Amino acid sequence: MNLLRRLGPALLAPVLAVVVALVISSAVMAALAVNPFDVFGVMLDFGATPIQQVTAMVVIVNRAIPLFLAGLAVAIAFRMGLFNIGVEGQYRLATIVAAAVGAAVSLPAPLHIGLIVVVAVVVAAFWAGIVAVLKVTRGVSEVLSSILLNFIALVTASYLLTGPFRGSLPGASIISTAEIPASGQMPGLNGIFDVFGLANPPRQLYGFLLVAAVVGILIAVLLNRTRFGFDLKASGMSPSAASASGVNARSMVIKTMLLSGAVAGLIGLPDLLGNTHKYTTDFTAGLGFLGIAVALLGRNKPLGIAFAALLFAFLDRSLVPLQIANYPSSVVTIVQGTIVLAVVVANEIARRVARRSAAGGTAAPADGPASGDGSTGVVPTPPPGSTDQRQGAQA
Amino acid sequence: MTKAAALLLAGSLALAACASDQKSSGSASGASSSGGDLKIGLAYDTGGRGDRSFNDSAFAGVEAAIKNNGGEVSELSPNADASNRADLLTQLADQGYNPVIAVGFAYGQIIGDVAKQYPDTKFAIIDSSVAEIGAGNLTGLLFAEEQGSFLAGVAAALKTTTDHIGFVGGVETPLIQKFEAGYFAGAKAVKPDIQIESQYLTPAGDFTGFNDPAKGQIAAQGMYDKGADIVYHASGGSGLGVFQAAAASNKRAIGVDSDQYNTVDDQTLKAVIMTSMLKRVDNAVEAYIGDFVDGTVAGGKDVINDLSTDGVGLAKSGGFIDDIQGKIDDYRKKIIAGEIKVPTTR
Repeated sequence: MNLLRRLGPALLAPVLAVVVALVISSAVMAALAVNPFDVFGVMLDFGATPIQQVTAMVVIVNRAIPLFLAGLAVAIAFRMGLFNIGVEGQYRLATIVAAAVGAAVSLPAPLHIGLIVVVAVVVAAFWAGIVAVLKVTRGVSEVLSSILLNFIALVTASYLLTGPFRGSLPGASIISTAEIPASGQMPGLNGIFDVFGLANPPRQLYGFLLVAAVVGILIAVLLNRTRFGFDLKASGMSPSAASASGVNARSMVIKTMLLSGAVAGLIGLPDLLGNTHKYTTDFTAGLGFLGIAVALLGRNKPLGIAFAALLFAFLDRSLVPLQIANYPSSVVTIVQGTIVLAVVVANEIARRVARRSAAGGTAAPADGPASGDGSTGVVPTPPPGSTDQRQGAQA
Repeated sequence: MTKAAALLLAGSLALAACASDQKSSGSASGASSSGGDLKIGLAYDTGGRGDRSFNDSAFAGVEAAIKNNGGEVSELSPNADASNRADLLTQLADQGYNPVIAVGFAYGQIIGDVAKQYPDTKFAIIDSSVAEIGAGNLTGLLFAEEQGSFLAGVAAALKTTTDHIGFVGGVETPLIQKFEAGYFAGAKAVKPDIQIESQYLTPAGDFTGFNDPAKGQIAAQGMYDKGADIVYHASGGSGLGVFQAAAASNKRAIGVDSDQYNTVDDQTLKAVIMTSMLKRVDNAVEAYIGDFVDGTVAGGKDVINDLSTDGVGLAKSGGFIDDIQGKIDDYRKKIIAGEIKVPTTR
């Protein structure tokens, strides 16, 4: 019961959002004279042969890894009330610099991969750091500066790709950096399929999965079990209360943005190290923006983000079989879009439900949410939701 | 309150990221006709069906081939960030589609691996050379865009009254640079002192330049304002903006890929399209499927479509270039005979 009560509100919002999204998209499909159950059947069909089924799972997990990292990067800043919309530019710039450095050096395998990862992390953290410095020194809104820095990052990446970092032949139709040598390529994890007696498809499961899992656990521990995580959460809930209790708000902004950027630097690496081995003109774009949706759906918690990333990856994979089955692939776009909208609404509902149940648990006949300004005369021990209310009253 | 507003902002941004998905594939269900067990797989470039240009042209070729040989087609469009190109091809091959045709050079990076995985399936790729990729069951369908663009440059130089013309490229990729190089060479062959404006809408890596009419309009408007009176565009969907700028300035424009005089709906825009540089993707696709049915697809080779095979050329719709057709034909013959070598880079 206690566990359910703790997890209840946390699970309520995303589950509600997904259900609402499914209902809305079913209604849209019905309006288009498409049977929604057939569509969902196609989405869940992973193929006829074991190889196809395992490939489908590999495709989903491979897609989920960068989405998870993107969601994590956004969520770290989100937790402190900062919107790092610049994740997109941070990872693109980081990936191309890392690709160029990785192609230029030759080191023993683990060091080589390590160097590429470090370069990507440093570049992205630096780019996010600009946002933080602008905010603490000049008070520039991080929303604005991070969006604008995206444009600069993308143009810079294009310049680097077509200029100094160009490694493809002059006539080649795809412009790319030079290929990272074998020592800098990350092997796949397909060995585990043999261990479990599953079919082993040619498609490789990204080795970066392990890195992403470790990063996810580290961030979860950092956010929930350390002083830093507490300060971060406190600053997000009430900056004034946090600084009154001795948290240095400015250094928190810088630290948080650096951390968010550092994680953003990892987003392009699963593809770079596990598949393309070079940065090309058509390197996957837009993951930074998808990360915002993933972080929202995952309620800014690493485990939730992992599930959200898997859901988005699952929806994404179903685009192809839907088209083969002659169903409109826009169904998936509708589901993704309604999930994002529903999540915003559901988060708000869940917050109110949590507040009401908290208020109902302490003060007996609570009619509506307590105003929190002491006007009721009776001041019970502050319910957990009260910080939220105060912040709402201030804003 | 600010929190809610910020959430909404973030939500809408994320939505925008999702919503840039292809617009056409929804209604574009496979046009299947019975008879024949030919199953053609068609994987589109970003933008998908309905771009009135490149992808539609490929589909027209498949349609014509089905009319000749029977069979059916499955058409797939990539997702918004086009990260699932390999899945499109593997799924088509898994489902028994053969041949599988990839529309656009962006498939060049992954089609080699997929082709090796499915040695019994024949693959074709438009705008990429097999020499770059290397697979025995893959055919590259290439076009000499620079030759067609040369003739577009000749036509522009002959028709300009200000000795000042322009070029709008969609994305600054080697492929579009071929268009630009041919156009420049053609114009200068007629009038060595001609002034030519050139602008790309987006740098390499940002493919929005192929689908941004607003940017196309701004770029072309700037050229018309500077005194250019004919602008050639190689910018896919952005070309609509070039035509709008031409109509607004009462100047003229040259279309690309398909005969845009016939594909543009708006009458006022029709009037400004002097000619179009045709890239007959449809013919190339139809011929490839024909070869496949006959069992004569060599594989591992490129099929080059140039002026000599009418794979590229100039459209005559509207009759705007009828008076200079003789001179254009002279240049055409010289290029075919090898007397003029058209460069592929500026």
